[in-house]
Amino acid sequence: MEQKKYWQSFGELNQSEAYNKDVKDEFREELPFEAEEGKSFLDAKAPRRDFLKYLGFSTAAAAVAASCEMPVKKAIPFANKPEDIVPGVANYYATTYVQDGDVVSILAKVRDGRPIKIEGNDLSPITQGATTARVQASVLDLYDTSRLRFPTIDGKEVTFEAVDKAAAASITGPVVVLTSTITSPSTKEIINQFLSKYPGSRHVTYDAVSYSAMIQANEATYGRKAIPSYHFENAKVIVSLGADFLGTWLGAAEFSKQYAAGKKLNEKNPEMSKHFHFESVASMTGSNADEKYLHRPSEAGAVAAALLSAVNGQGVAGISDARLKAGIEKAAKALNENKGAGLVVSGSNDVNEQIIVNAINEAIGAGGKTINWAATLNYRQGVDADFVQLVNDMNAGTVGTLLIYGANPAYSWFDAEKFKAGLKKVKTTISFNGKMDETSELCKIVAPDHHFLESWGDAEPKTGYYSLIQPTIYPLFKTRQWQDSLLKWSGASTDYLAYLKNYWSAKNGGESGWDKALQDGVINPAAAPAASGASFNGGAVPGAVSAVSAAKKGGKIELVLYEKVGIGAGQGASNPWLQELPDPVTRATWDNYVIVSPALARTLLNIDLNNGGQADAYEVNPPKKVVKITAGDKSIELPALIIPGTHPDTIGIAVGYGRSEKVGKAAANVGKNAFILAALSGSNVKFGNNDVTVTVTGDKYPVALTQTHSRYDTTQGNRTEVMKELTLAQYKHDPEEILNERKKELAPWGGLENFEKDGTIYPVFDKPGIKWGMSVDLNSCNGCGACVVACNAENNIPVVGKPEVLRGHEMHWLRIDRYYSGDMDNPNVVFQPMMCQHCDNAPCENVCPVAATNHSTEGLNQMTYNRCIGTRYCANNCPYKVRRFNWADYTGADSFPNNQEGEVNDVVINMSDDLTRMVLNPDVTVRSRGVIEKCSFCVQRLQEGKLAAKKESRPLEDKDVNVACAQACASGCITFGNVNNPESEISKIRKNNPNRSFYVLEQLHVLPNVSYLAKVRNSDEAVAAHGAEKKAEKHAEKEHA
Amino acid sequence: MISFRRIAKASFVSALLLMGSVLLNPASAQDGKTLFNTNCASCHKVHAKSTGPALAGVEDRWPDKAKLHAWIKNSQAFLKTGDKYANDLYNEYNKVAMNKFEGILDEKQIDDILAYIKTVPAVDPKKVDSPDTGAAAEGDHSLLFGILTLILAVVSLILLQVNSNLKKLADDREGQPAVEPVAFWKNKSYIAMVTVVLFVIGGYLTSKGAMALGRSKDYQPEQPIYYSHKVHAGINQINCQYCHTGVYQGKQATIPSVNVCMNCHMGINEYKGEPIVTEDGKEINGTAEIQKLYKYAGFEPGKPWDPSKAKPIEWVRIHNLPDHVYFNHSQHVKAGQVACQTCHGEIQKMGEVKQFADLSMGWCINCHRTTQVQFKDNGFYSIYEKYHQDLKSGKIDSTKGITVEKIGGTECQKCHY
Repeated sequence: MEQKKYWQSFGELNQSEAYNKDVKDEFREELPFEAEEGKSFLDAKAPRRDFLKYLGFSTAAAAVAASCEMPVKKAIPFANKPEDIVPGVANYYATTYVQDGDVVSILAKVRDGRPIKIEGNDLSPITQGATTARVQASVLDLYDTSRLRFPTIDGKEVTFEAVDKAAAASITGPVVVLTSTITSPSTKEIINQFLSKYPGSRHVTYDAVSYSAMIQANEATYGRKAIPSYHFENAKVIVSLGADFLGTWLGAAEFSKQYAAGKKLNEKNPEMSKHFHFESVASMTGSNADEKYLHRPSEAGAVAAALLSAVNGQGVAGISDARLKAGIEKAAKALNENKGAGLVVSGSNDVNEQIIVNAINEAIGAGGKTINWAATLNYRQGVDADFVQLVNDMNAGTVGTLLIYGANPAYSWFDAEKFKAGLKKVKTTISFNGKMDETSELCKIVAPDHHFLESWGDAEPKTGYYSLIQPTIYPLFKTRQWQDSLLKWSGASTDYLAYLKNYWSAKNGGESGWDKALQDGVINPAAAPAASGASFNGGAVPGAVSAVSAAKKGGKIELVLYEKVGIGAGQGASNPWLQELPDPVTRATWDNYVIVSPALARTLLNIDLNNGGQADAYEVNPPKKVVKITAGDKSIELPALIIPGTHPDTIGIAVGYGRSEKVGKAAANVGKNAFILAALSGSNVKFGNNDVTVTVTGDKYPVALTQTHSRYDTTQGNRTEVMKELTLAQYKHDPEEILNERKKELAPWGGLENFEKDGTIYPVFDKPGIKWGMSVDLNSCNGCGACVVACNAENNIPVVGKPEVLRGHEMHWLRIDRYYSGDMDNPNVVFQPMMCQHCDNAPCENVCPVAATNHSTEGLNQMTYNRCIGTRYCANNCPYKVRRFNWADYTGADSFPNNQEGEVNDVVINMSDDLTRMVLNPDVTVRSRGVIEKCSFCVQRLQEGKLAAKKESRPLEDKDVNVACAQACASGCITFGNVNNPESEISKIRKNNPNRSFYVLEQLHVLPNVSYLAKVRNSDEAVAAHGAEKKAEKHAEKEHA
Repeated sequence: MISFRRIAKASFVSALLLMGSVLLNPASAQDGKTLFNTNCASCHKVHAKSTGPALAGVEDRWPDKAKLHAWIKNSQAFLKTGDKYANDLYNEYNKVAMNKFEGILDEKQIDDILAYIKTVPAVDPKKVDSPDTGAAAEGDHSLLFGILTLILAVVSLILLQVNSNLKKLADDREGQPAVEPVAFWKNKSYIAMVTVVLFVIGGYLTSKGAMALGRSKDYQPEQPIYYSHKVHAGINQINCQYCHTGVYQGKQATIPSVNVCMNCHMGINEYKGEPIVTEDGKEINGTAEIQKLYKYAGFEPGKPWDPSKAKPIEWVRIHNLPDHVYFNHSQHVKAGQVACQTCHGEIQKMGEVKQFADLSMGWCINCHRTTQVQFKDNGFYSIYEKYHQDLKSGKIDSTKGITVEKIGGTECQKCHY
């Protein structure tokens, strides 16, 4: 059987010169001694004697400074302590994350009056406790220094009384309330109540990335102007036509949870859902697909039509690419074999394509099974045509007043200039946005809304399912809920809280019902309504099919605009955690860029990735070639990144970048706005362009990529792969393949059972009481990065900024490695979360000269910051490369002022602003410069959990402890617990999955406490599992010889 | 030592009580003690007035047991029955309503508490307050040792001089040419000796001083109000937890908010106890200090109090730990059953609070090395099966027991994370 080769980077694939040189060094930089070539350090700019002088002086200075009098600290208790608040003990409030139509029920952890962490709310049947990276990061937005702190009129600070006065004087009909999708039923009522005061007024919903084609297609075929709910968990076959449903398409948290259900593998009965993916630019969901096919964006309609005709048994027509054609046939066959258990989704904003997709879903009997019309999904309600009409009306001068909430068309509308011109013709413009964004800047009155964590409210993500919002902190600034403004302006005497309370008390069991609902955070239907389809009217289908087959052929190069998991349509741009979160697929931070395929790179950029030297020149140096993209009369220049799995004639650019610096320091000068390259196609916005020209400008621009950081090749563990993957067919054929490989590998050192004892000269230590362990199921990990952001928030992990990421100084304790395998042009992708493995025989512990890192009886690899002197020996000796060094004072924790100046950029300095620091977890030390840090298994939570059990005088249970990453994960791929307890989930997982369990770099005898479950891809190809690393085998042979 | 003695004394008394109660009143008084401490002790003493009346002899004052039960369960409801004694009592104690215990205490539990109250002997408060004489007797011998060392040093110096003089005389007699005498301050061996001695002393003082940096044992700052723990916790026997409510729940014991002070001080507006004298001999006017509290609380005696007018009191923080140390009160007090006095000293005898321990890491670790966890009593430790077996089989010395260290209590990440 052929060995499957895994590679993280092109240098690794080619075993290039630079790669081999690079992997020898743990740190990418030379030591900062500036000795001249051939001369001793005495001749250096700062020679040793000077160094000693400085050392002596600073020691003396520090001693003098430290022996000054102790500062007097105050302990100020409450004047009047609220009964339910105990200082130092966190309270959890159920509330709801709401942003531009996205709704996730959450719990906000509030410590001493400050929300510091967000967890999913298990009581919500929709998200079931799942969160996304953006939900996790939203708590930082609360403390954003660029939030508006007071209302303004013409840019001058005023009071809300003045705003009310000005509004009363200047609001004239017809009024248009322009919002992003509103899921709140009470707010909708308030809007209607307000609008009824002004005849001829209307409410327009605008979504930056709209789903209006779906809404229109559903109207045409089902007579319903809505989006149904989807049930990926019921689907055995999932076909996605470019829908990034695990990342950015509609409700990613919900769908990830559902999708994971089909991907969990029972070893005794190995069955999985099968996911076909057709796309043009490598996406996160596409990377998780079992089978992925590439097509040009202009062919998307044809692919849909071909799939419809194949499902109907009429064969595939109009597809020239043989592999693509075979893929469509295969997908159609699978769908037909699983009638009633298939689901087709499309990410297109073209009505005809969506009509065809509806027809396919009808043909395979998805209605009532995987598509449920009994409850519609309310995440997106905007229809592009409405907004086009509004812009026209504004330009015609027929809009008297424009009230804007949540929407930001001056940034995200493709023809922003026209919108801005129209805005000037509107007499009164009022914005309720919380920041001085591109649109609010142009408005006369700005009456900022609260952050959602300061607000009251409700949301209806799905028909009949409600989620309530309650404030978790007193408003930080002089802001007011926009519903309050509307109520006031429509002459109502109640405020929004009273309104909301009335609204729900009336509907939901009075006062006590309201209290209960507020405590739970959700109101669910007593019994989930039975899933049902809707009557399908296929009249529009033939027209749609002929329309897509008549579509114009694409040009030489086509463009796809996509959203990133973190940044979205620009909502995440001002959040430093999200900017520094590496994109799952490209592993890039702090920028948008042009994604090109390896094939296009050869012809366009003159880089052949199969040529070691050229791959190195591209990969090792952060500056990338800049290309100019021209679409019609618009053009932008961006650096080009080569991403395998992208169609050769397609390029991709992420939207959401190039924001105004007024929305936050993190957003300033980061990337370019790609929304301008979108265009109207029919009545809907097409996020892409079928004919663009790409020219190389000759400039270079550095992009901070993280995948080439943190490599594994050390002299101890000289190996190239840490992944184990097999296909379902292979697994069924030989379930024990991985187990046997491990057995064979460890046989010389006592085999699996005695490896711990026989593989070492050290004694084996007792593990009484608790022993912590983690298991990561690679099968369900999507690589979305929610865990990374959750870890940031829980553990006070600093943001280091782009210049530092470029130097390989990022601080994430948890990273998600991306592995490619197979064909360079359309490779398989596997994501592997990698954090400290808490080795029981840890190489890092032995080399620390000051014992700052050592082992606990509970199996934790402990890191003691106050003892660390920063030798970095441990990081050097770590085979997993998970230790992080504080190269600069990222957190502002050092007591020396001005320590950060010149070392870190504005974004990082802004993170140590008094306001931003409110997000810090008080239970976790903020690390200062010069110490190593790494994953602690959230030891503060473990201690808290154990204490809870001790206080109740009972043994520890699974519910007492969970680590932040596991809690955030929407697909539940991380399990954590006490492995000494046979009843714990982690013990059961290890016991029930003997065939898939493996430890990374097991043969090194580092004895990790993190185990992984091998990835099983549902494909018929019988590719051998990889794992028995050649180098290790060689090593073993050598030992024997 | 002192605290051990106290613990011994306390356990002796309680053992006596236990035996007594076993004889008199099977089981119930023992339960009653726990119930009393959790439910009643914050407002009632057995033999002294507190927020509420002294409870000794309560059953004699309430001949109708049913009424007494009703009164305890829901005093407000009982007042409405118009019972004269109850209403008088209510008025006497400034109309401070007693908490409802309906649903919290059942009939049997109330009986247990009443049974317990009967068993508590009257204690002369002076006795509790009497200073412990043990400490003075032990004294500090370092001065004595110092003088002895000095005398010995001088003697040895003289002897050395005598020796060298004698040698010189002997040399003279034998006619050997006398070596030019070297003055002793020029004598190299003396200089070397002095240098070594100075180096050792200097090094010792420097390292001791360096280690003491940032430590503040005996820190006793002046507080905005002269709050005497001696008066509250010592003489009036208020349970620590009544004010430091967080001590069982979270990492902070919490300093009480003004409304907690006012719970009692709405009624207690003058100090009538023995004169309060500071360590410097200054006399404190207790009533004036209560007036300071009223100022913070925005309360005027005789008028209804509006708690929203209160301003917090800015106490000076005495016990400070570095930011990289995690300390949790409930871990020690609830899970570990450690007495407050172990770390805070005889707080019930302090006027203004003084830092008792140096709060150094060595101090923490030493205690963790010797203190036993509640190994048999706390269900959490049932998972340490091996230790339980070893204890039974005698492999682990049962007198030493399972210390905090044994279950990993001296590992870095128990306190630093």
